Amino acid sequence: MKLKTMLAAALVALLPGGGALAATVTISCGALGQELQICQQGAEAWAKKTGNQVKVVSTPSSATERLALYQQMLAARSGDIDVYQIDVIWPGLLAEHLEDLSAAVDKPTLDKHFPSIVKNNTVNGKLVGMPWFTDAGLLYYRSDLLEKYGRKVPTTWAEMAETAKIIQDGERKAGQARMQGFVFQGKAYEGLTCNALEWVDSFGGGSIVGPDGKITINNPQAVAALKAAQSWIGQISPQGALNYEEEQARAVFQSGDAAFMRNWPYAWALAQGPDSPVKGKVGVAPLPKGGEQGKNSGTLGGWQLAVSRYSPNKQAAIDLVKYLASEEEQKRRVIAGSFLPTIQSLYQDPDALKALPLLKDIQPTLAAAVARPATPTGQRYNQVSTEFFNGVHSVLTGKQQPEAAVQQIQRNLDRLSRGGRW
Amino acid sequence: MTAAAERSAPAVEVVRARPGRIEQGRRKAAFWFLLPTVTALLLVAGWPLARTVWLGFTDARLGGTEEARFVGLTNFVYMLQDPAWWQAAKVTLLFAGASVALETVIGMVIALALNAHFRGRGLLRAAVLVPWAIPTVISAQMWGWMYHDLYGIINVVLQGLGIIDQNVAWLADPTTSLWAMVAVDVWKTTPFMALLILAALQTLPHEIYEAAKVDGVSPIRAFFQITLPLIRPALMVAIVFRALDALRMFDLAYVLAGGNPATATLSVYARQQLVDFQDVGFGSAASTLLVLLIGIITAILLTAGKVRLSADR
Repeated sequence: MKLKTMLAAALVALLPGGGALAATVTISCGALGQELQICQQGAEAWAKKTGNQVKVVSTPSSATERLALYQQMLAARSGDIDVYQIDVIWPGLLAEHLEDLSAAVDKPTLDKHFPSIVKNNTVNGKLVGMPWFTDAGLLYYRSDLLEKYGRKVPTTWAEMAETAKIIQDGERKAGQARMQGFVFQGKAYEGLTCNALEWVDSFGGGSIVGPDGKITINNPQAVAALKAAQSWIGQISPQGALNYEEEQARAVFQSGDAAFMRNWPYAWALAQGPDSPVKGKVGVAPLPKGGEQGKNSGTLGGWQLAVSRYSPNKQAAIDLVKYLASEEEQKRRVIAGSFLPTIQSLYQDPDALKALPLLKDIQPTLAAAVARPATPTGQRYNQVSTEFFNGVHSVLTGKQQPEAAVQQIQRNLDRLSRGGRW
Repeated sequence: MTAAAERSAPAVEVVRARPGRIEQGRRKAAFWFLLPTVTALLLVAGWPLARTVWLGFTDARLGGTEEARFVGLTNFVYMLQDPAWWQAAKVTLLFAGASVALETVIGMVIALALNAHFRGRGLLRAAVLVPWAIPTVISAQMWGWMYHDLYGIINVVLQGLGIIDQNVAWLADPTTSLWAMVAVDVWKTTPFMALLILAALQTLPHEIYEAAKVDGVSPIRAFFQITLPLIRPALMVAIVFRALDALRMFDLAYVLAGGNPATATLSVYARQQLVDFQDVGFGSAASTLLVLLIGIITAILLTAGKVRLSADR
């Protein structure tokens, strides 16, 4: 009899959520720069408020390696980590291991976030991640050089190429032999997928694979976009850009050797930093349109918070996610670490604007950002992306013509998906 | 096995036919002493290898929740139809062939120079080893910046010498990227080759060269007819070591150019399948095939080396 009561008591203590008992929630955060520290502060504020315990684990800084680690833990149904910080392209890959948060988050709260991110995080009707912070491609320009040559901020790619050529030729004649017109991320890796998707989307060429899973890359607008990009190489962009990642492109731009650059918002704080040679001479704008009928585009980046299905403390974990994704915490994060909020009203918040004036300019880009086709392609997204960036890379190096390349990408994706059934 | 070894085998049998009690005890003791090592080796090397081979015949996925199913040779058949695999195989063979050949020739020259008697020889020998002592990931990063199209020192030097008149994007241009990679590997591993050859050179008796001198043999002839045949066994071992290493090269290609097909080796291909595409079954099959390929090439090298060796006698 006594033994039975003891057993029952032990069982209750072990139950998920453990009644009124305080739980220890483990969260994995990114560790780029001050990211980990800021995450820790937020999580500890929650712990203090709710009387729970929180443990922050740091993970590899390379996103690909972090994904591999997460997948191994989730495939083993490990409950060691309750809350995962996941990339915007992972919901489709990890959905089966993640808790549906739609019941826990009410609609008015969810509606405050960018609809494109919420849509991206919804897999088969399940909300698998709360939007936490966001990113999108932007056009950086040298305001001093535009003024010097009497040019305005370009609104189409053709205009950008023309201005870049004028500045490049003018500056080279003036003795700056290294001057380049435009630098971007052209190495054959995920970053090129982001860049090329922006070109294709801005010309109205779709997003490689449509939301219904249909492969759409073989179209005349996509060909026009790739033709434009091909014409930049050796003209306004160095051939070396075909091996640039974000940091190499930023190195050229921040040294004052490029008129334009495509990069993520993080480059802003660095380009305007105290030791930057181009401090005070930089502006940002939405990426140019594909043509008069085109649109401004920008590839959606950013990170979400998800709760593991195998977590022993789901209730507490969901509560932590709701706290970290709240307006109050996102405001603290944008001021402390320039993390772009996913809550739209913060882009008009005076305190946030004071800390990061750039917010005002980039909201339209973020609201219109194009998502990589990760959700419709699910498990196979990385293969899709690899086919795409390899095809685009061969166009940029001149090994293949745009028409042939999009046909080949279409054919390979058809084979990969068995005719669009991902 | 050579004929000589076969003939001597029975003699060994006779000696060992009736081991004494002490001998038996020693053998037992040896068995128990070896057991922990063998067990550890089986656990940390044998088991993962066997598992990788087995996974190559399944459709296992990194994040999948379903049990892996046996799919026979499907992975291997699909791989041999994949143009990306053939491209990676071509890159791997070109890279291994070119880098090992260059390292052997340059390593030989350096070893001959270091074998001569001169002041400061010890210091120079140590200095030569520096590139080899730097971890590959670090030297690859370093070379990545040296190859940079705008700020890289290589473009500056070559332009200064008038060899090129425009900046070359060494790593971005598909016609130069593979050779840029070979150059880094040659820079890095030639010291290793030179050291092994130097060790072989130092075992050669001085008298032979004196005799050759007396007979009026030219130094060049002495090299090809005396030095080379005598150090050939050691040279073959060094070449096999280097070839093994070059065929499974991963770090250099991955750091310098990521997954770019122009430089992706078979190891990069296998990793991409396994980690990026989460296809554990297919990636394991790619690793298994790579091990097989390396095994075959090593066997060919060893046989070729031995055939020439016996022909010398």
